[in-house]
Amino acid sequence: MANLKEVKNRIGSVVSTQQITKAMKMVAAAKLRRAQDRIIQLRPYAEKLSAILQNVSSDVDESLVNEYAIERDVEKVLLVVITSDRGLCGAFNSNVFKHVTSLIEKNYSQQQANGNLRLLTIGRRGHEYFSKRGYKVIGDFSELFSELSFNEVRKAAEYAMEGFRAGDFDKVEVVYNEFKNVATQILRTEQFLPIKPVEEEEQKVENIDYIYEPDKAFIIKELIPKSLKIQFFKTLLESNASEHGARMTAMDKATENAGELLKELRLTYNRTRQAAITTEILEIVAGAEALSSGR
Amino acid sequence: MGDSSSVFYLVKMKKRMFLEIITPEKKVFEGEVDSAKFPGSKGEFQVLNDHAPLISPLGKGLVTYKDGDEVKELLVDGGVVEVLHNKIIVLAESAQA
Repeated sequence: MANLKEVKNRIGSVVSTQQITKAMKMVAAAKLRRAQDRIIQLRPYAEKLSAILQNVSSDVDESLVNEYAIERDVEKVLLVVITSDRGLCGAFNSNVFKHVTSLIEKNYSQQQANGNLRLLTIGRRGHEYFSKRGYKVIGDFSELFSELSFNEVRKAAEYAMEGFRAGDFDKVEVVYNEFKNVATQILRTEQFLPIKPVEEEEQKVENIDYIYEPDKAFIIKELIPKSLKIQFFKTLLESNASEHGARMTAMDKATENAGELLKELRLTYNRTRQAAITTEILEIVAGAEALSSGR
Repeated sequence: MGDSSSVFYLVKMKKRMFLEIITPEKKVFEGEVDSAKFPGSKGEFQVLNDHAPLISPLGKGLVTYKDGDEVKELLVDGGVVEVLHNKIIVLAESAQA
């Protein structure tokens, strides 16, 4: 029979754990809402920018190849790995780790063997994981998530873009969790650079006679980096929202599990207590019996 | 009666432009203005009412807009401006008052 005091101690510790997980769930829920708001806030900017870009590039001849769209033989690769700063968010980070590891094995084993594969980690978890395992981790953007501002994020994007332009990387891919809903994250791998040619969607560009100041080619050259940075920022916002969603779900599960554990422990506790009382009564009765029969 | 209502109509018709300044993080300004000045990447330019449709990138500098006698300034860093049918949309990478 379990010791009464032992069980009581365990109940105490499970209760306090449950309180913590419950609080964390609540915090994650609040942060998730903020993260979702930010995605919505970004939307008008992103939409307008792509509308303008589409408008400007609608009848520019294709020979005007942008420096970010140049396809080279893929010798040097940069993988941008987006994880979180903190743990306790279920399989959020380990999914990314697994995926990146298998991606390297499958697609970039050659580059890895030649030492031409670099990882740019965003989020402390990924940084720790990959630098411990002997990957070439460059760039330190681990504190981005503490305050996710466009000004900070664009430094990371500019770093990757600069590297591509200078020929340090021939291809840049991003691995991140896309936010679908609170319980679901979709792991995505997207090619960041070179820019993939846009599939001709049915363009509903109104034909307005804009004045392009100074000229179209210049505007396109200015706008493409902007839209790349926005795309990068959006990726981070998605990952951020996913993280909080994942943490919320994980903590909800943990709270639930703690509740079940408590139920069992309380049952054991009461059973033990009852057993102790029964034994005691038995002893008293037996004692009394012995006294009276002795007389 | 007909006269007075048409006068009222004229006063109301005094046209103004609608200005919107958006950053990736939030909408910084939205409202009607009389004129606006922008730091184009090849020099400053001003936009008045009934300006022709225009698209231009912005450099780093001050966006100045006038609402009546009130003049306001915003420091923007990089962006693009679109002018269309008296609606000006400024996409700025960052904007501070």
